[in-house]
Amino acid sequence: MNLTLKIWRQHSPDEPGQMVKYHVKDVSPDMSFLEMLDVLNEGLILAGDDPVAFDHDCREGICGMCGMVINGVAHGEQKATTTCQLHMRHFKDGDVVTIEPWRAAPFPVIKDLVVDRSAFDRIIQAGGFVSVPAGAAPDAHAVPVPKGDADDAFDAATCIGCGACVAACPNGSASLFTGAKITHLGSLPQGRPERASRAKTMVEQMDLEGFGGCTNTGECTAVCPKGISLDVIARMNADFLKASR
Amino acid sequence: MKYREGEPIRDTKAPEGPIEERWEKRKFAARLVNPANKRKLSVIVVGTGLAGGSAAATLGELGYQVTSFCYQDSPRRAHSIAAQGGINAAKNYRGDGDSIYRLFYDTVKGGDFRARESNVYRLAQVSVNIIDQAVAQGVPFAREYGGLLDTRSFGGAQVSRTFYARGQTGQQLLLGAYQALERQIAAGTVTMHARHEMLELIVSDGRARGVVVRDMVTGEIESHLADAVVLATGGYGNVFFLSTNAKGCNTTAIWRAHRKGALFANPCYTQIHPTCIPVSGEYQSKLTLMSESLRNDGRVWVPLRKGDTRPPAAIPDDERDYYLERIYPAFGNLVPRDIASRAAKNVCDEGRGVGPGGLGVYLDFADAITRLGREAVEEKYGNLFEMYERITGEDPYAQPMRIYPAVHYTMGGLWVDYDLQSTVPGLFVVGEANFSDHGANRLGASALMQGLADGYFVLPATIGDYLADARDFGPVNEVSVAEAEIAVRDRIHRLLSVDGDRTADSYHRELGKLMWDYCGMERTEASLTKALERIPELREEFWRKVKVSGTNEELNQALERAGRVADFFDLAELMCLDALHRTESCGGHFRAESQDADGEALRDDEHFAYVAAWEHAPEGPVLHREDLAYEYVTMSQRSYK
Amino acid sequence: MAVTGAILVLFLVGHMVGNLKTFAGPEAFNGYALWLREVGYPLVPKRGLLTLVEVVLVAAVVLHIWSAVALYRRAAAARPVRYATRRRSQAGGYVVHIMRWGGVTIALFVVYHLLDLTFGVANPAGGAATPYTRMIEGFSRWYVTLFYAVAVIMVGLHLRHGLWSAFQTLGLARGRQGLRVFAALLSAVLVLGFLSVPFAIMIGVVK
Repeated sequence: MNLTLKIWRQHSPDEPGQMVKYHVKDVSPDMSFLEMLDVLNEGLILAGDDPVAFDHDCREGICGMCGMVINGVAHGEQKATTTCQLHMRHFKDGDVVTIEPWRAAPFPVIKDLVVDRSAFDRIIQAGGFVSVPAGAAPDAHAVPVPKGDADDAFDAATCIGCGACVAACPNGSASLFTGAKITHLGSLPQGRPERASRAKTMVEQMDLEGFGGCTNTGECTAVCPKGISLDVIARMNADFLKASR
Repeated sequence: MKYREGEPIRDTKAPEGPIEERWEKRKFAARLVNPANKRKLSVIVVGTGLAGGSAAATLGELGYQVTSFCYQDSPRRAHSIAAQGGINAAKNYRGDGDSIYRLFYDTVKGGDFRARESNVYRLAQVSVNIIDQAVAQGVPFAREYGGLLDTRSFGGAQVSRTFYARGQTGQQLLLGAYQALERQIAAGTVTMHARHEMLELIVSDGRARGVVVRDMVTGEIESHLADAVVLATGGYGNVFFLSTNAKGCNTTAIWRAHRKGALFANPCYTQIHPTCIPVSGEYQSKLTLMSESLRNDGRVWVPLRKGDTRPPAAIPDDERDYYLERIYPAFGNLVPRDIASRAAKNVCDEGRGVGPGGLGVYLDFADAITRLGREAVEEKYGNLFEMYERITGEDPYAQPMRIYPAVHYTMGGLWVDYDLQSTVPGLFVVGEANFSDHGANRLGASALMQGLADGYFVLPATIGDYLADARDFGPVNEVSVAEAEIAVRDRIHRLLSVDGDRTADSYHRELGKLMWDYCGMERTEASLTKALERIPELREEFWRKVKVSGTNEELNQALERAGRVADFFDLAELMCLDALHRTESCGGHFRAESQDADGEALRDDEHFAYVAAWEHAPEGPVLHREDLAYEYVTMSQRSYK
Repeated sequence: MAVTGAILVLFLVGHMVGNLKTFAGPEAFNGYALWLREVGYPLVPKRGLLTLVEVVLVAAVVLHIWSAVALYRRAAAARPVRYATRRRSQAGGYVVHIMRWGGVTIALFVVYHLLDLTFGVANPAGGAATPYTRMIEGFSRWYVTLFYAVAVIMVGLHLRHGLWSAFQTLGLARGRQGLRVFAALLSAVLVLGFLSVPFAIMIGVVK
């Protein structure tokens, strides 16, 4: 199939960007979306042009590095799918596909479709951990964890930190990301001693980074490749309110 | 390519005596650094996967000044994250007869008697602490209703010792290490540089004292100095272009260190994983692994007749060849990875492969669905089936999956002693980047174990012994820094100024195909000789005709790739040379000339029970042998019939 | 947002129950209106409690709108560069439109509603008439009833999300699907309760 792509091109953080039109020919339906971009880039390099910069690494939907807004939807319209796992069979000949970077003030564009997501790392730095030096741990069976709690923790822990939640949120909020980590660690007995302080410092850091406020629109969970539930946001709010009291 | 023999090499750090006391002995003998002095000592850690992330976090916690680098945008994205299956530990929580000794025994045997006993025993000992550490960090391992940890048997082990977190064990363990690392960053003990790629090692007065990195956003070339350098940069499976590695995985860091004097051990040991999704076309950029656990219920088959292109459902049972069950009645579909892979290759070579290009075999769940019901199959493998359907567009409930082997892990790497120190003093290597522990073949669920053992427990205990002398190291020689920086700039300049007509990726693809065909699942003297002819030709063409657009002073992914491909060429050559010199078959290295009457790998313990550690020298590689002695496990031929 | 919203929801419940007094006849309704003004007398002056409630309500409305504006401004600051393609909602788009534009519609309606039935300025019966008469006269015009109905339904939709969202914000909603149902039910009850009066007037059940 042949496609028309409209891609956000921006050479550096300070320069203005614009949507640029490209044509790609003979796209195989079995290609992944990123492989389709690889083909475009090979052509651009040979023509002496700047290839489209985009982040990617594992290409199997787990590292969280890739992410672009495709036709107005973070990671494209396939549910529970990262951009690297989106395949071209979901497009048809003659389609016009727009591709944009995540848009959020705390995620400034570095180049083209590459954004700086270090704000997420700083939110984790603020408290997204259990303080336990290597070698200080008791036997793993010392504290049994009810299966329900372990499952809740796991569901939240599947977050890959891709940032699609922020990209899709009309408010540019990072509540799903932050809530997921607070829920993951707070659900486990090992994470409980720091539960209150963790919620407080992480939420404060999230606000400091300039993310928007949550209005529970549900847009985040709808595009989340791992289907993280809005419950984690309620959990974050509960822990935060408790800590603020 | 010619090589010459050098002096044998010996691991001088492993203590003698009963194997179960060696690690304790070493830890006690290792000198300590007092806390006040630790603050004045600095360590560079390159890579933030399980090994690097845990090492940086632990060293930071101990009080060293740590500087950490990764090429991704965040330390959380290192490729350890993609490990699915699980992590082994000799906890014996099941009471099924597991023990440290049994894990040690299985790993030595699984490695086809090409790993050091001392190292493997320590790995088994430490495995127990890893699980404790991970649980304390909040890693959500699978649990049973009683609240205790669940385990499963994995990779043909007869005991249930694999701890797992659904199909995302690597992700959960890495996030544990990442969070510990972020905690240290917040505490100020670790300085993190993401989107930085190491391009050179700085060796001053014979000691590793720093690295030259490129800031991948601005293109700035920076030198960072320290009292010791730790490489945790993973494996080099991407030399095959198509592998289950992440796109960014590369050999540059360890290859640069090799060029600066670190010996490279057993480069030819490559693990080929049998259950990956086959290649679908020329544009393919990577291969995706399907968890090995699928072989517990799926049956592997190909058509009995060559060139049978009927759809699978139209082929009656008596015209199918369930070849693993036929050849290996005892283990059937559960034979180890190397054996399953080679069997798949053999049937495809006979022209009985299925799917595009005939490079695939069926993994059929029809029987399992009839026996267990669709719901039970969905419960067990639902997410894997979804992943398969997402990638191939085929419904594995309705038709069998197509699978084919793919490069997955490299057992070889930089040579290290018992302290994980390479032959360059002050250069430590951890995780997949080193060669230790797995011998010629890695068992399932052992990679996570080794990475975390190295990072949390081994390196932090041994590096102090080296750093205890740091006061005598003196200042870093400025000339060596300048030389390293100049070398980096020169290479970049060369790559940018060729201005040819082929992309780096197209060369990488060609090199990968060459390696897969000539140095892949089956190697022969002829194929390796051919590869050793072709690689230099291709490399020469690369340096003459590669096209890299853009400049250094920007985010330039074309430049990043070109630099990595350039190093892959050199590594590929050494791999082929190593494979050519090792005329036996062992583990992940199968030489067609060395097989028994049934076509199984035949080791040659008399001549090859050694580690091949290669030294880089201008006139050609120099081979140093480290003899392997087995005091505890008797060497025997593996059999899975 | 959640706290001020909760106050307004409580008010709406009271308001709706009061409205239902219509079905008990003019005396009961006017008496209720009078009671509102005299409740607590002589312990507190006439209109004392009512004024207090009014003050709280006005404050709640102002703060509610202020919070909305603050959220909107934060959202705008968090996304200074907008998407070139219209962001396509993956969650039905309900919330964004109902909360933001619905909120504005409701605010406009409240202004009219006060002018009509509280101050009587926009009412055919004028401010001097009894509350009951004002109501009957007000809803005798079909377009007023229609506008009222649209606004009330908008309030219902606003609440359906608002209530649940408040439970989320206060950290109560985690995993409890019941609260989502409760939010929807309460919203529906309010809408039905509010609509019953004008429709009863329109079809002549109440004169």
